[in-house]
Amino acid sequence: MSQQDDIFVDPADPSGSPEPAAGSAYLDVRDLRVHFPTDDGVVKSVDGLSFQLDRGKTLGIVGESGSGKSVTSLSIMGLHKEGTAQISGEILLDGQNLVGMGRESVRRLRGKNMAMIFQDPLSAMHPYYTVGNQIVEAYRIHHDVSKSVARKHAVDLLDRVGIPNPASRVDDYPHQFSGGMRQRAMIAMALSCDPELLIADEPTTALDVTVQAQILDLIRDLQQEFNSAVIIITHDLGVVAELADDIMVMYAGRAAEYGTADDIFAEPQHPYTWGLLGSMPRLDRERSERLLPIPGTPPSLINVPDGCPFHPRCAYDELNKGLSETEVPQLRDVGNGHRIACHLSAEDRLRLWTTEIKPKL
Amino acid sequence: MITYIIRRLIAAVVLLFIVSAVTFSIFFLVPRITGATPETLATRYVGRTATEETVKAIADRLGFYDSIFVQYGRWAKGVVAGNEFDLGSGVEQCPAPCLGYSFLTSRPVWPELIDRIPVTLSLAAGAALIWVVAGVSIGVLSALRRGTIFDRGAMGIALAGVSLPIFYTGLMALTIFSYGLGWTAKAGRFVPFDQNPADWAYSLILPWITLAFLFSAQYARLTRAGMLETMNEDFIRTARAKGLRERTVVVKHGLRGALTPILTIFGLDVGLLLGGAVLTETAFSLKGLGQFAVQAINDNDLPKVMGVTMLAAIFIVIANLIVDLLYAVVDPRVRTS
Repeated sequence: MSQQDDIFVDPADPSGSPEPAAGSAYLDVRDLRVHFPTDDGVVKSVDGLSFQLDRGKTLGIVGESGSGKSVTSLSIMGLHKEGTAQISGEILLDGQNLVGMGRESVRRLRGKNMAMIFQDPLSAMHPYYTVGNQIVEAYRIHHDVSKSVARKHAVDLLDRVGIPNPASRVDDYPHQFSGGMRQRAMIAMALSCDPELLIADEPTTALDVTVQAQILDLIRDLQQEFNSAVIIITHDLGVVAELADDIMVMYAGRAAEYGTADDIFAEPQHPYTWGLLGSMPRLDRERSERLLPIPGTPPSLINVPDGCPFHPRCAYDELNKGLSETEVPQLRDVGNGHRIACHLSAEDRLRLWTTEIKPKL
Repeated sequence: MITYIIRRLIAAVVLLFIVSAVTFSIFFLVPRITGATPETLATRYVGRTATEETVKAIADRLGFYDSIFVQYGRWAKGVVAGNEFDLGSGVEQCPAPCLGYSFLTSRPVWPELIDRIPVTLSLAAGAALIWVVAGVSIGVLSALRRGTIFDRGAMGIALAGVSLPIFYTGLMALTIFSYGLGWTAKAGRFVPFDQNPADWAYSLILPWITLAFLFSAQYARLTRAGMLETMNEDFIRTARAKGLRERTVVVKHGLRGALTPILTIFGLDVGLLLGGAVLTETAFSLKGLGQFAVQAINDNDLPKVMGVTMLAAIFIVIANLIVDLLYAVVDPRVRTS
């Protein structure tokens, strides 16, 4: 696999990072590439991704289906099936590189150092074991305690995530819980060993809106309590708006825009981020005409378009004289560690944002 | 749960009643459709030189002139309370449960069935144990090593096992291992378990393996398919995300999910086999229920056919009931809804 370092800013370069203390971050992903060889060609699900995350901080990874969000998180967790994924680059968790580490060593880290909350808790929990049993199981892999101690811990956790009457609900099966309760139980399971890194993959997608807000509040509270590093993966910018410190917008396996949440929401610079914001329903503003969907569909990850992968769907790709069709835009710093991968000039971006995009949001 | 069991038991009794009525009707109606009269039916039970009056008298005594309802009622009464038959040479007793009385052998059917049950039960139980252990473990290994030489080889043999008929594999096994190499007992030998367990196993090992070969092939394929499906479930990913050892993931989370459908088929297969493993019993000359049924059909001995049919039906209904109850034990979603 060829290293295409010229495409991206060197992740070790502190000036390009929104985190001032690069290199000492708890999670440091450097030029991650995850490729899946298939009969139709190599699927480049993640193709050169770098980011850092400290404990106590939250990173939101946003993008459409197939942009590489989940593949990234599964790579960190080491959950790709053996032999299916070709992973290169570095994933440094507390200084240890997970890429190339033995499967058994990664297994020992799973659950304890890093844990994951999955999208659909009904299918992500085993239907034949009680909720308590599944939490106890997670706890006892990493802690040599008796069943009754582990069970008490499970009850405490269920109480902590807001499940009423935890002492009896601990013996319920997942199907006896409501959707929101199941997600709480899932969170309790992920938190059972106080993980330092918590990855939540679309944690609220299967839930209704009121429950979504509760779950997001819960994740935030628990993060403060446990001082974890949290990655929230979502296709919904609204989910990360209040929760995330940093946001990375992904497109076709690469970062399109990466910066602090404040910057991304106050002054998004990438046309794709504009598209995401434009297609998001907002209750806190006057309704302006209608939602503006991004035209087209996400590109094939086997034949990624030449140049900027977003250019076939971009309304402004003609503004830079065909550069978007031929040259892959670098992820570059546009000020204060706010980074974008776009060929548009600073003047064009500012003009488009203030005159065309912002008024319609 | 208890009301559920009671409900199922009542349903089982009703089902057996329907099975008996349908079977009885078939045996009553089919000869009449092909032109038999009570007299022609009765001629089978009298001497060749019997006069017309004797035939009529016998037909009357056997109740062949009665309507189908009266005849079925008499049979059903026999099951519950027993029957008496007067064949002219004195009254014959057929105590309850009287599943019929063979006029050819002048014996009640039930005791003969009881004699045959140990053979068929031994055959089915031993074979079932072998095929579950072999089939499920081969299926699991095949699924985990999908696409490898082991997987292809095992599935190839499984295909052969599913396709080859018992009367072929059975005779081949007998020729090679019993008559050729002398490793196993000759055909037709059966030692009851309570007499000598070692001899019992020795006499049955070849029929067990032959029968189990067919079934383990089927179970290996089913288990493999089930495991491949289950190992792709989200909850397997969750189990791995917790940091569980791969063996725990496979056995506790994967196999547990994949075994439920196997359990259903297992119950039905065992139920079916208890009614008589016809081909295996024939190939190895074992005097089980299957051979009994074949002989009864060859002899055109309807009471025996009726009796063995009912016994087979009872086994299947009971097996079904046990499977349903086990389902509730295995799958909490059944139990708690």
